[in-house]
Amino acid sequence: MNKVAVIFRRELTSYFATPLAYVFIVIFLLLTAVFTFQIGGFLERGQADLQAFFRWHPWIYLVLIPAISMRLWAEERNSGSIELLMTLPIELWQAVAGKFLAAWVFAGIALALTFPVWVTVNYLGHPDNGVIIAAYLGSWMMAGGFLAIGMCLSAATRNQVIAFITAALVGFVFLLAGFPLVLDLVRGVLPEQIVEAIASLSFLTHFEAISKGVIDLRDVVYFIALTAFWLMATALVLDMKKAQ
Amino acid sequence: MITTSHLSKNYGGKLAVNDLSFSVAPGEVLGFLGANGAGKSTTMRMIAGFLSPSAGSVTVCGHDVERAPVAAKSRMGYLPEGAPSYGEMTVTEFIDFVSDIRALRGARRRERRVFVIERLELGPVQGQVIETLSKGFRRRVGLAQALIHDPEVLILDEPTDGLDPNQKHEVRRLINELSREKLVIVSTHILEEVHEVCTRAIIIAAGRIVADESPAQLEARSRYHRAVSMRFLHATELAVAAAQLAMLDVIDSVETDPRTMRLTAFPKAGAAALPAVGAMVVKADWDVPELHLESGRLDEVFRALTQGAGPVPP
Repeated sequence: MNKVAVIFRRELTSYFATPLAYVFIVIFLLLTAVFTFQIGGFLERGQADLQAFFRWHPWIYLVLIPAISMRLWAEERNSGSIELLMTLPIELWQAVAGKFLAAWVFAGIALALTFPVWVTVNYLGHPDNGVIIAAYLGSWMMAGGFLAIGMCLSAATRNQVIAFITAALVGFVFLLAGFPLVLDLVRGVLPEQIVEAIASLSFLTHFEAISKGVIDLRDVVYFIALTAFWLMATALVLDMKKAQ
Repeated sequence: MITTSHLSKNYGGKLAVNDLSFSVAPGEVLGFLGANGAGKSTTMRMIAGFLSPSAGSVTVCGHDVERAPVAAKSRMGYLPEGAPSYGEMTVTEFIDFVSDIRALRGARRRERRVFVIERLELGPVQGQVIETLSKGFRRRVGLAQALIHDPEVLILDEPTDGLDPNQKHEVRRLINELSREKLVIVSTHILEEVHEVCTRAIIIAAGRIVADESPAQLEARSRYHRAVSMRFLHATELAVAAAQLAMLDVIDSVETDPRTMRLTAFPKAGAAALPAVGAMVVKADWDVPELHLESGRLDEVFRALTQGAGPVPP
């Protein structure tokens, strides 16, 4: 069997070996429901789309994805199993990829379990299901971006709490970079090109378009490049400080 | 075959391992000894490919651990210090995971699994989650993981730590058995283990090799090597014996311990003390219930070598 697949399977099973996975999924579903129906005013909007659902995803991920990613390496460091893993005949990238894919698929499972919202909107009206599928894919890609950031920060520490907080902080920076409030603030000081560059680094900017069903290649490339960058950073961090 | 050449490891300006060069051949069981912090684990970790050396290289079965890590690692079984594993997995799940990574398939996979579970007596806990197991069982799970692919080279960092005397004996027997066709490196700070399992011992202190020889040679360095020790029943006889034995030609010095009523007669270099001492005991008709010829004390040699104290002729 492919070694990435072996790592992937072990990781994914280990999520479900503890109640953590189920707790996570329940909290995720509750939060999405609260945001969609209470704060997003899904029913009051009277529109057959899932804008009210998707627009909160970046914020929900900001808090919840670090909870998935924090244990990825910090736990291995803390228990010492990293020494076992790194002395098995696998390449570093295989371990990184296997772990990332497991976390990403887990996030995907949580996301897929929000399907009742999709059923609801189809029951109530006639939404454009193409847009919804695109938005789901975009949301999953964004989750991957958050996960890759969290994974890298988890690789840098043996403390899961630190891994959680730093991942949330860095994620917050990546969200804020596209927030109009922040952009307006720097617009006064910095030239327009730099403001654009900052905005183009943001999850919000790229997710906005996808969540409306517009799949622009640039947005897809953005998420893939961002994820790849942080995964490589993870491998680098691991290689640099294996023992501590 | 394992060869290390000028192996060094630098931790933020501190040399943990300093220019180690040695090679080990199949059939040898190398005991790696040293005080805590002497660089044992660091060296084992570099051999196993977990840490990169700051300088020098390690070759395992012809593969450079840094340049061809996967090839080298697939020939090694490694038990890290403290036997870490994945606590949330059951014993069988964990062994299956390692078998998958090591690409064991079909009949051989089943055969090896049965072998390690039987040999390490893991049968009763097969289905149990590892974190609920006792320290001894966890250590054996770690050993099972290291043995599953029947590796040519075994690197065991403190394999008997935390085991009870029966389990220790069992693990030592296993190492002896395996050593016939394998190359084994064991780190330990239990000196009796060196006697029981090792064909060769390397003692390191402050990251450097201070001795590299067989356990018997190490013992020969001891002051107690070929010394005669005996126990007396009467204090008066002990005092008389100490004075008389000290005058023998072959005896260098005599030490007594009035508390335990023991006397140790140290021979002059190259001399045999036993015949003369024995003859005197018989002649003087002392009450001596015990008399031993000492082979040497490893703990004393170890202390002298690692603390740089006391006379240790090579």
